[in-house]
Amino acid sequence: MTMTQTVSTVDVPEGTGTPHTPGRAVRYGRAVPFFVVPFGLLFILFYLVPIGYAIVQSLYTVERTGTFGPAREVFGGLVQYQRVFEDGPFWTSIGRVLLFGVVQVPVMLGLALLLALLLDSGLVKGRRFFRLAFFVPYAVPGVIAAIMWGFLYSPNLSPLKSITSAVDLLSADFVLWAMANVVTWVYVGYNMLIIYSSLLAIPAEVYEAARLDGAGPVRIAWSIKIPLVMPAIVLTTVFSIIGTLQLLAEPQVFRSFSSAVSSTYTPNLTVYSTSSIPNFNLAAAFSVVLALATFVLSFAVLKFTQRKGAVQ
Amino acid sequence: MSVAAPAGTKIRESLLSRTAATLVMAVCTVYFLTPIWWLFVGASKSSEQFTSTNPLWFADFDLFANIGDLFAYRDGVFLRWMLNSVLYTGGAALIGTVLAAMCGYALAKYRFRGREVIFNVVLSGVLVPATALALPLFLLFSKVDATNTFWSVFLPSLVNPFGVYLARIYATASVPDELLEAARIDGSGEVRTFFKVATRLMFPALVTIFLFHFVAVWNNFLLPLIMLGDERLFPVTLGLYSWNTQVNQIPELRGLVIIGALLSITPLVVAFLFLQRFWRNGLGAGAVK
Repeated sequence: MTMTQTVSTVDVPEGTGTPHTPGRAVRYGRAVPFFVVPFGLLFILFYLVPIGYAIVQSLYTVERTGTFGPAREVFGGLVQYQRVFEDGPFWTSIGRVLLFGVVQVPVMLGLALLLALLLDSGLVKGRRFFRLAFFVPYAVPGVIAAIMWGFLYSPNLSPLKSITSAVDLLSADFVLWAMANVVTWVYVGYNMLIIYSSLLAIPAEVYEAARLDGAGPVRIAWSIKIPLVMPAIVLTTVFSIIGTLQLLAEPQVFRSFSSAVSSTYTPNLTVYSTSSIPNFNLAAAFSVVLALATFVLSFAVLKFTQRKGAVQ
Repeated sequence: MSVAAPAGTKIRESLLSRTAATLVMAVCTVYFLTPIWWLFVGASKSSEQFTSTNPLWFADFDLFANIGDLFAYRDGVFLRWMLNSVLYTGGAALIGTVLAAMCGYALAKYRFRGREVIFNVVLSGVLVPATALALPLFLLFSKVDATNTFWSVFLPSLVNPFGVYLARIYATASVPDELLEAARIDGSGEVRTFFKVATRLMFPALVTIFLFHFVAVWNNFLLPLIMLGDERLFPVTLGLYSWNTQVNQIPELRGLVIIGALLSITPLVVAFLFLQRFWRNGLGAGAVK
């Protein structure tokens, strides 16, 4: 049961076409390392080793003999993890990004799906233009987008003066949603394009029967198109969840615009500020817990949608 | 995609839904493009006019003078940042795409021991957020005294497990085994076949992988933030971020941040315009056969 079956609409059949004879495996044997090793080596060095190293680091703690004695690292077992679990602000920040995700991800993906369906429906002229217009924000890196919107939210600069003078979008009550808007603005077009691409891949004949039966465009969208692009929606959901838990650039930038954003506002900000104390062991433990939470959550979404898919 | 509409009500209905659909599209276009329009207008103004004139319309057009100021500021450090960004993102995405394509191609086209294990490990890598790696990478690089160097950001940026995943799908979908067999019969070696035949067939897909990779590196903020201390090694995102944090102390930086933001996104917007064709076809190739 791999993710392939869930997120791709193509099946990757076992040993696609290559006849399975032992002789062949030997014949191409030397080519395989040539193709796999360069990536594999970098993957081990810059993915697997750091993950392992973070886990090791998180098991150590810094000890001092006396107040001014030299610091040395000693094995501390799960001491750092105990600190992580007792760290109130960290769990508040986890709750904050979860709240963010519960609201922002459905809004963003709902909008992306709606726009993709409209582009695909043939109801609108100028599809190329709209597709590009919606996609352009994706070219803006998170940091730059946050800087731009930060100015747009600032009461004295904004073209939205009628709004920004009535409510302070950078106050503690609103700033989380102000950031949600930045993320939505950047990523709707990207998600739309992924969904739209898989809509384009549906052969037209699929709709013919439904149309002959008198199904309208809404009904076709709901009963045929959406189920068929479900894998794309699952993929974008998983990526969005990962992105939400990792929220960093936007809050980090907003700290310049709003005093409501603390140095522990999101989990990754906590990692960053803990490592700049510096307390690397504790920061590593935060990192491990966060990565684990992300992994478990995205995996759960995959499994959950897989089961739902099986029922249909 | 015209629906047969014999009755008058049908026509009216379709006119109504057309109007509604177009309206939704128009509103969204305003939402997506206004900030960029604002940025362009803002970048064309002097700092007095920036606050005193209509934020969404031009005053005196000072864009080129502003760009000149930006390039001159602190011995042209902004140009240095742009160059760094091109090297970090373009270089890493280019090499990373080739490596991912090779690996994904092998996973799709050869049967070998451990293939599924490798694929699943790489796939799990997709779920590991890049930011979770930044801190341990920093600690590892500081072990070998290599933090605050070009390589400390460049090398980790080469790895993109999602690219391998996509390359495997695309290779399966777009490179027929018969063709590889034919190349073999013609006496072409495996490596040669890959570079001469397979990469051509996979080209639209490779553009997609490249763009995904490019944007991922372009957006990775934590790695350079943690790794780099020397301003001259910054990518443009980190550079503009550092200016933005100083706006309250040095107000003149505000204008530079705005012009810099505009210039930093321009190359990628232009690239999207040109690569749009591949981008769509490539994504489609991932989804169809």
